[in-house]
Amino acid sequence: MNTIANWFANSMSVDARSRTLLAIGSFLIPLLVWSLVSYVPFVWHPKVYVTDPGDVDYLQAGMLVDKPMFAEEVANMEQSQLAPPVGHPSNPIYLPAPDEVAKAFYNGFANPPTNTDVPSMPASLWHSIQIIFWGFLISSLIGVPLGILSGTYNLVGRLNEPFIEFFRYLPAPAFGALAVAILGIYDGPKIAIIVIGTLFQQVLIIANTTRKLEATIIEAARTLGTRNLKLLTKVVVPGILPDLYRDQRILLGWAWTYLIVAELIGTSSGITWFITQQARYQHFDNVYAAIMTIGIIGFGTDLVLAWLGRRLFPWDRTQDRS
Amino acid sequence: MNQETLPSHLDQSPEVRARFERIRNREVILEVRGLGKRYRTPQGDTEALKGIDFSVRRREFVCVIGPSGCGKSTLIRILAGLDQHTDGEALLDGKPIKGPGQDRGMVFQGYSLFPWLTVKKNVMFGPQMNGRGRDEAEHDAMMWLDLVGLEKFADAYPHQLSGGMRQRVAIARALVNQPRILLMDEPFGALDAQTRARMQTHLIDIWKNIDITVLFITHDLDEAIYLADRILVLKAHPGEVQEVIEVPVPRPRTPGQFNSPEFRATKARLEELIHPAAEHAPEDEEDDKVKPHLIRLTDINDNVE
Repeated sequence: MNTIANWFANSMSVDARSRTLLAIGSFLIPLLVWSLVSYVPFVWHPKVYVTDPGDVDYLQAGMLVDKPMFAEEVANMEQSQLAPPVGHPSNPIYLPAPDEVAKAFYNGFANPPTNTDVPSMPASLWHSIQIIFWGFLISSLIGVPLGILSGTYNLVGRLNEPFIEFFRYLPAPAFGALAVAILGIYDGPKIAIIVIGTLFQQVLIIANTTRKLEATIIEAARTLGTRNLKLLTKVVVPGILPDLYRDQRILLGWAWTYLIVAELIGTSSGITWFITQQARYQHFDNVYAAIMTIGIIGFGTDLVLAWLGRRLFPWDRTQDRS
Repeated sequence: MNQETLPSHLDQSPEVRARFERIRNREVILEVRGLGKRYRTPQGDTEALKGIDFSVRRREFVCVIGPSGCGKSTLIRILAGLDQHTDGEALLDGKPIKGPGQDRGMVFQGYSLFPWLTVKKNVMFGPQMNGRGRDEAEHDAMMWLDLVGLEKFADAYPHQLSGGMRQRVAIARALVNQPRILLMDEPFGALDAQTRARMQTHLIDIWKNIDITVLFITHDLDEAIYLADRILVLKAHPGEVQEVIEVPVPRPRTPGQFNSPEFRATKARLEELIHPAAEHAPEDEEDDKVKPHLIRLTDINDNVE
């Protein structure tokens, strides 16, 4: 009992230094597992990388074969007094080692391909970021005002929220074909999918945040002579701004998760096209590098926004925690 | 305390009587006539307030007291214009109250300061909402902050202040609009005892020095007697005026008067009204239904008493 209580108490009051260490640790642990599986030959390694086929006629240097099959061939050759194949344990092609991915990552940015038919990673990524930007911007331009109005005025909320509740259960990708029919095959439908995926959640979340504003604050403003539109612009909006900002951060992450589906619609583009192309040629190191870049961009953006939030809203102490 | 030795709360010294005479000669600021408030609930109509009649004269300090559920908060919210009454009328300077307005300032129990504005901007908010210029608003704000002793905290945010300081800002914010009447809804209810006593003295000092009428809601009998000229005692179900007491404790008030015969007599009368020996308020009955079932959870020999 006591140790559990202590553990909870500690977990709530870790100082900044240990918090940084723990954060680094949370990234190091998966990396360690990955390295273990990649570099320690007796951990997993279900395949054998053939360096010398020996006298087995269907084997070639550079092939990956299953371990039992390789062992069988070695036994066969030894029995028939022929040269056995030589190889070393290896992981399947879809699990490259950390150093290979790191190299692919570096090459992706430092030495983009000169061939214009093959998309480079930075160019693909830039295209994806633009899709996210426009999708999230359009969604926010509609969703934020509508959410605030729904949260402030019961009438507006009652009029649109039931429909939005219904609509948000419709999976955004289901509108893919429709979006292509209406908006063509290029960026239009992709942006539309991100908007559909984000907007309806956005209205409900922001309406909810608006409703949570302390009623006393609005009443105090009214007794001080605030009326109508000024109540909205001078009290409600500034009052919810820090929470609204936090909601937007979460929703931006949401928009990223719709990206891959969105980019498969119409002509495949952006980072998704890069990933599918690279996977087709079995360049899985590039695939991992690209997936990780998405993570780094998303996580990095969020860290920057969190830092910015602390600067923008000095009165809101809850920003410190997120 | 021996009840027999106490004078009646109705006995007033000549000075106190003369003071009440002077108050009665002043003009009426707030007049409430037959005010009622009915709520429609699934169980039928409930009357939160019924036939409330009273008036408050200029620079009078009136406290409203009553058991929980007597509708004292509803009353002050109606006067502030935040709630609507269903019967009767409430007049401020002879004009019926319709919605909130800058002629009535309100101080809430909870921290109602705008957390995104600095102390100074909180106080500037009212004047700016009422169409005054920025410089003028700032000038007034600094004057009022000086009056409540917080000019040094002008650029602090509310979360950096203590509870007492926040309520001082709330008072300054309400007064900067120069209202005819200051409505206070248990403003010191959330403060600790010492801060509360300091704030009471501070409020009396403000009231003495500026032209303001105060209607103050509280559930603390001592606070009501210490602050008020008159105490409006409400009773619950329905919320009605039970009695209006003219406090016989002479002014200027000091904390030393808490033990004076007038003070104790008034308190005895209030206790009689609010906690009658025989009856229980419904809330108390609810509490009585909850019977703790205590079992011994410590060693049988491990006694604390």
